[in-house]
Parts: sequence; C-alpha cells; structure tokens
Amino acid sequence: MTNRDAIYARILELIEPINAKGVPLAEGTTFAGDMELDSLTVMDLVANIEDEWDIVMPLNMLPDLETIGQVADAVAKLAK
Amino acid sequence: MTDLLAKFDGLIAEHAGLLTAGVRDPFGIVMEKVLSPTEAIIKGQHTILLGTYNYMGMTFDPDVIAAGETALRDFGAGTTGSRVLNGTYQTHKECEEALKDFYAMDHAMVFSTGYQANLGMVSTLAGKNEFVILDADSHASIYDGCAMGNADIVRFRHNSAEDLEKRLRRLPPEAGKLVVLEGVYSMLGDIAPLKDLCAIAKAHDATVLVDEAHGMGFFGEHGRGVYEAAGVADQVDFVVGTFSKSVGTVGGFCVSNHPKFEILRLVCRPYTFTASLPPAVVACAATSIRKLMHSHNKRQHLWENTRLLHGGLKARGFRLATETPESAIVSVLMPDQETTVRMWSALIEMGVYVNMSRPPATPAGVFLLRCSICAEHRADQIETVLARFADAAAATGLFRAAA
Ligand SMILES: Cc1ncc(COP(=O)(O)O)c(C=O)c1O
Repeated sequence: MTNRDAIYARILELIEPINAKGVPLAEGTTFAGDMELDSLTVMDLVANIEDEWDIVMPLNMLPDLETIGQVADAVAKLAK
Repeated sequence: MTDLLAKFDGLIAEHAGLLTAGVRDPFGIVMEKVLSPTEAIIKGQHTILLGTYNYMGMTFDPDVIAAGETALRDFGAGTTGSRVLNGTYQTHKECEEALKDFYAMDHAMVFSTGYQANLGMVSTLAGKNEFVILDADSHASIYDGCAMGNADIVRFRHNSAEDLEKRLRRLPPEAGKLVVLEGVYSMLGDIAPLKDLCAIAKAHDATVLVDEAHGMGFFGEHGRGVYEAAGVADQVDFVVGTFSKSVGTVGGFCVSNHPKFEILRLVCRPYTFTASLPPAVVACAATSIRKLMHSHNKRQHLWENTRLLHGGLKARGFRLATETPESAIVSVLMPDQETTVRMWSALIEMGVYVNMSRPPATPAGVFLLRCSICAEHRADQIETVLARFADAAAATGLFRAAA
C-alpha cells in the first residue's frame, strides 16, 4: 500500500463516525454536497486530520478541498 | 433568470416549518415600547427582558441620556463621513479618551460596531504568510475577519490550552502569529482560561488579541474584562470590545499599548471605509464608560442576580451549559429544535423574553435558551422568571422529553 492509499484509508475511518446519512464513501464523495456536513463538522474533522498526521491544514484551504480524494491528496503533500 | 435566492430554499422551508405549530417567530420580535433596561411591551404585553446584553443597565442612565441629547443638539444627527476624513468630531476624541482611561492604555480606536472592530483588527494585523490562531467557538466577526484577510487560519479546540500548544508548535517559529481569544464565550456563557492560553501564546512569541465584548464592565478590579480578572494584562497586546453590551449603545473599539497603533487608522479598511458613529452615540458611550469605572454596586448586583438565576434554574431541574455561573450569560440546554421553540414560545407568551440559539451559531449542535442578566433586574423579577420557566417546562413537557 502506498502512502497515499494508507492516508485515504485512514481518512475514511475518521469520516465514518460523522457519516450520519450513511453515504457510500468514495474518492469523489463531497463533504457539503453528498454528505451534507455543515461547516462546523467539517472544521472538527480537519482538526482530527491535523492531529492524526501532525500537520497544519489552514481553514483557508478548505474551499479547495471538496472531496475526500482532494483531502487525501492535500494530506499526502503536507505529511511529507 | 436564475433565482439567486433559490439556494436558501431549504432554510426558508425549515423556518416556515418552525412556525406552523402556531408559535411566534423567535427571530421576529418587535419591542413596541421599552420601559426600562429590563422591561418592554411586546405585542401589547408587559415583558421581562432576559435576553439583552444590557448587563449594566446603562441604556436609560440619566447622565448618559443627557450627554447624548447635548451632543445631538450641538453636533447634529450624524457625521456623514469617515473617521479619517470629516467624521472625527470632538465627541469621538473624548470617547477614545474615556476608553484610554478605562483600560489604562495608550491608544484607542473607535469603530462603528464591534463586528467591524474584529473584522478590521483580525484582517489587518495578520497578513500573507502569517497566522491567525483562533478558538473554535469564536464569534462570527472573528471568523469573518479571518475570511477577509490573507493570513493562514488555524483553529484550536475550544478553551483547550493543550490544543493551542499543539497547534502553535506545528507552525514555523519565525512566522508572525496572532492568537485571538474571547474573555466570555457568549453562546454557553463560559469564560476562557486566559492565564494558561496567554502563557502558551507568549511562549510561542505570538501577539494576543482578546475580545472582551461580554466581559467589559464587571470582570476585574476596574471592570476591564476577564483578562484583568485573570491577571494577564501584561500579556494581552490588543483588547477589542463593543458599546452594544455593558456600555448600552452601539459601536466598537480596540485599545492597545502598541507604539505603532495609530497607523491602523489608515490601513484598517472597516475603520476607514465607513461613516463614523453619530456624535450622540459616542457622547453616550463616553459618559457610560466613565460611569462604568465606578459601578461597583452594580457589578455586585449583577453577580447576585446571576447566581440567583443560575441556582434557581438548576434547582428546578434545568440543565445548564456551565456547572457554576461563570459570566452574566446563563444558557439552558434544550434537547432539540422543536422543544426549544415551544419552550421559547411558552415563555414569551408568559411575558419573559430570552434568546433562542441553535446551530450553526451554537457549538457542537446544541440548542439553547440563553438568558443574559442585567444589574437592574430586581430579585422579584428573577423569581418571576424562575416560576415561568417551571411553568413553561410543565406546559411543554420538557422534562418528560428529556427523561
Ligand atoms: C464576542 C463578540 N464580539 C463582537 C461582537 C460584535 O459586537 P457589535 O454588536 O458591536 O457588532 C459580539 C456581539 O454581537 C460578540 O458577542
């Protein structure tokens, strides 16, 4: 498993507890659209992701991170 | 033509759904007459106000009113201009002098609202490649200041010194950092552990800004706020505040000892590109601020009222957001939106106005009935409020729903 795969798999685990709608999770799943998460929930998820990889993901990055795959890419870059 | 408001259809439907059960619109209250800081006529009914931020009851203070009347007569209804052009009158300077005296600081800048003060300070202090580190439960004006500026925004878990530490540690040591805190968090009425938070911020060489909107007037020896009570005045670089709460009118400000503070008047857009406050407003504010310096009896009475309300609600079985009364805001936890609206509606029908709060304004998805206390509430008014809370809970089956 590559680093990106491992990150993606772990992000899915972090998302599962807040996936209240039981939306099937994939690379292209969007947080706001598909999962209907509000901005507070998304920001809390970001905090967990930051702690998991000991990184900083500034909130101003969030508008560009709409899908799970985009978040995995961003983490892969930041966690280097 | 695409209807640009279509994106709010969900909210429109939700709001309409709120009102079908014959309840009054919690966001559509009109005060027909205001009798005093604690009483108004709403829909023809005498109502006790327990959801204003008139903590020190200054809105009808005779000296405040007299100062406003004089300024209105002498300086007119408005300035019709920006603070940096034609909009600074003697009254504005006197108001800034009053703030400098109140806070014992070298500089004071009066904005048109507290919202704009945060918008301006947060967006201006931290620039590109610098960082704003803010509490997760920060007021909308702080978040909006972040959105307006060019800094990278890092959020730490509410009131957690450990989490702030962890996040500061991840940032480049040489980068400029602004840590933004609030003395009192207005949704739950909890106060910040400023001693711990400021110590960590300073250990990481960060600049500290504290918003004392809900702490001014009754925390600390001089009523400067939670930061004064916490004994960290020497670690706070900027204090932001508002005239719309304890001061009893409208306006915002920032005070500081920073030697280069005055340049902010030229670079802070929400200060520069808007009209200044009417002279009557700043005259009222200046008089109120000077009186607040010596309002020890009022402060004491405010805390007595707060303890009475907090203890009384707890004794009647209500779940409160803070175990003990930490500020002049007492928030009652509600189980869900429907019960909250029904409780709120029952209270207003019985002549008690409180604030209803719900996500996303509240943290962690909680629903609240927020009570804010005034130094001018009489003990018998608080007793009436407590009895009506109990009646409203019985009428709406609150405790059954919660059980
Ligand atoms: C913490 C906090 N900061 C700032 C403000 C804004 O104050 P103003 O009403 O003067 O815009 C408020 C009040 O709304 C507040 O609660």
